[in-house]
Amino acid sequence: MSPILFELLLRSIWETVLMTAASGLISLAFGLPLGLALIATERGGIAESLWVNRVLGAVINGFRSVPFIILLVALIPVTRLIVGTSIGTWAAIVPLSIAATPYYARIAEVSLREVDRGLIEAARAMGGNRWTIIREVLVPEALPGIVAGFTVTLVTLIGASAMAGAIGAGGLGDLAIRYGYQRFETSVMIAVVIVLIILVCGIQWVGDRLVARLDRRG
Amino acid sequence: MNQHITASGDTADLTHARPDTSQDVVRLVELKRRFGVTAALDGVSLTVRKGEILGIIGRSGAGKSTLIRCLNGLERPDSGEVFIEGREISRLGERDLQPLRRRIGMIFQHFNLLSAKTVEDNVALPLKIEGRPKAERLKRAAELLDLVGLSEKAKAYPASLSGGQKQRVGIARALAARPALLLSDEATSALDPETTRSILALLKDINRQLGLTILLITHEMEVIRSIADRVAVIDAGRIVEQGSVWSVFADPRSDVTKSLLGAIRPQLPAELAAQLLPAAGAETILRVDVAGEAASGPLLSDLATAVPGAFRLVHGGIDHIQQQPVGTLFLSVPGSDANHLADIIRFLKARQARVEVLGHVANPV
Repeated sequence: MSPILFELLLRSIWETVLMTAASGLISLAFGLPLGLALIATERGGIAESLWVNRVLGAVINGFRSVPFIILLVALIPVTRLIVGTSIGTWAAIVPLSIAATPYYARIAEVSLREVDRGLIEAARAMGGNRWTIIREVLVPEALPGIVAGFTVTLVTLIGASAMAGAIGAGGLGDLAIRYGYQRFETSVMIAVVIVLIILVCGIQWVGDRLVARLDRRG
Repeated sequence: MNQHITASGDTADLTHARPDTSQDVVRLVELKRRFGVTAALDGVSLTVRKGEILGIIGRSGAGKSTLIRCLNGLERPDSGEVFIEGREISRLGERDLQPLRRRIGMIFQHFNLLSAKTVEDNVALPLKIEGRPKAERLKRAAELLDLVGLSEKAKAYPASLSGGQKQRVGIARALAARPALLLSDEATSALDPETTRSILALLKDINRQLGLTILLITHEMEVIRSIADRVAVIDAGRIVEQGSVWSVFADPRSDVTKSLLGAIRPQLPAELAAQLLPAAGAETILRVDVAGEAASGPLLSDLATAVPGAFRLVHGGIDHIQQQPVGTLFLSVPGSDANHLADIIRFLKARQARVEVLGHVANPV
């Protein structure tokens, strides 16, 4: 591989890591509260409100059913509003975050729903309010699942970021398509695949270790 | 509206009738709660006095869980009133219930410990909810863990504890905020008999040492027998019988109570019961229930002296409940002499025993 291509590879790794990390953190910041809102507002939840639950569910399903490549283009006006441009790595972070947030909200919802209702009842019986229940019961008890779900989301984001090349965001997927596929640079293709495998395995390993440390359920 | 007036009228009457209502930690008036077409509570009135252990027993689905949850507002009655330390709480909002719930500890069948927190953090949680400083919380948790005998497990996680240890942590947690009342929701139902005994002994100790009022619900008469002062039997959402434990055990009135007692009171041996005939036979089988003095005195030897002629003790036993002897004896009276049998029954009844002719057996056993 030529030094130029190698430099391109390094830059692409950075772009992928940046896109994944930034949109991952944003989807965590918005997706977890959204997951909590879904659980809290459902029937028998700590802040039951069925119409809020239905509206939230419909919006989440709406975003989740649009293919990412369409979302990427459809959100260009929003991206321009937030980042100031519709092209480049930072511009890709907006649609990636918007796609990953509802995805992660559903994953968080599943983990939170698995928290034994008896624990919520115990916290209520102690005189705890909703905030206590969220902070002392729901989130800590669901934490292993919340972290495991975040790991899954990050890996999914690495895959989705390959499409972000369509708006000039760069990244490993873009490098593989333009150099490895379209220019028959087999060495680039192999290098990209190896780097992606290492990235995915690394994220999964760290995630699994963290879950094992957090899980006290015996 | 009409109903409301009636209810408050009743309340006033009760207050007049019992001047010591200040001693009542809990007072329930005509509590009703329906789930769809089934009435979980169908007019329950009940009081729990300061310092006592009241046991509520019933089969599953009798309304016990709904009842206990009405006491701390986890469940709302459709109508009726719930007084906790003299204050009506059934119409309070969630926000007003929160400080009240801190006065009421609760333990659960499945313990409901937080798996992500250590034992001491579980115990300290009610104090954290109250907003107490960390040093105070940990000090109180240490005291309570000492009380329940689990000091060495303070830093352990609940998953590493046995069922009995988990319930001890649950008890420590329920006591953390120094409650006026402890609610026990089938606290020993998931435990083996030996662990059950040790948990019940702990609850009794706490009741004595701290003077803590305890209301427990259970489906096991054994639990009532070992620690309750008074018992209320609930069936289909109604209290069918209540009183001091020994008196209810000695003289159960309702069929539900009799059937719940069946498991722990002496029963006619099955092979004998199978031979019973309604028509007169070689022997007559009597069931004799005795309590109090009748059970502690030399009843059978007195009977043998007073009524000449034979009788045999087939089965039975005397139990001690709240220091009161309560017993059931099965006697077999041979022969077809009706006068002899009548003399025996008359003698026993004169000694405050309850006598029931169960039937006759053709061949002496």
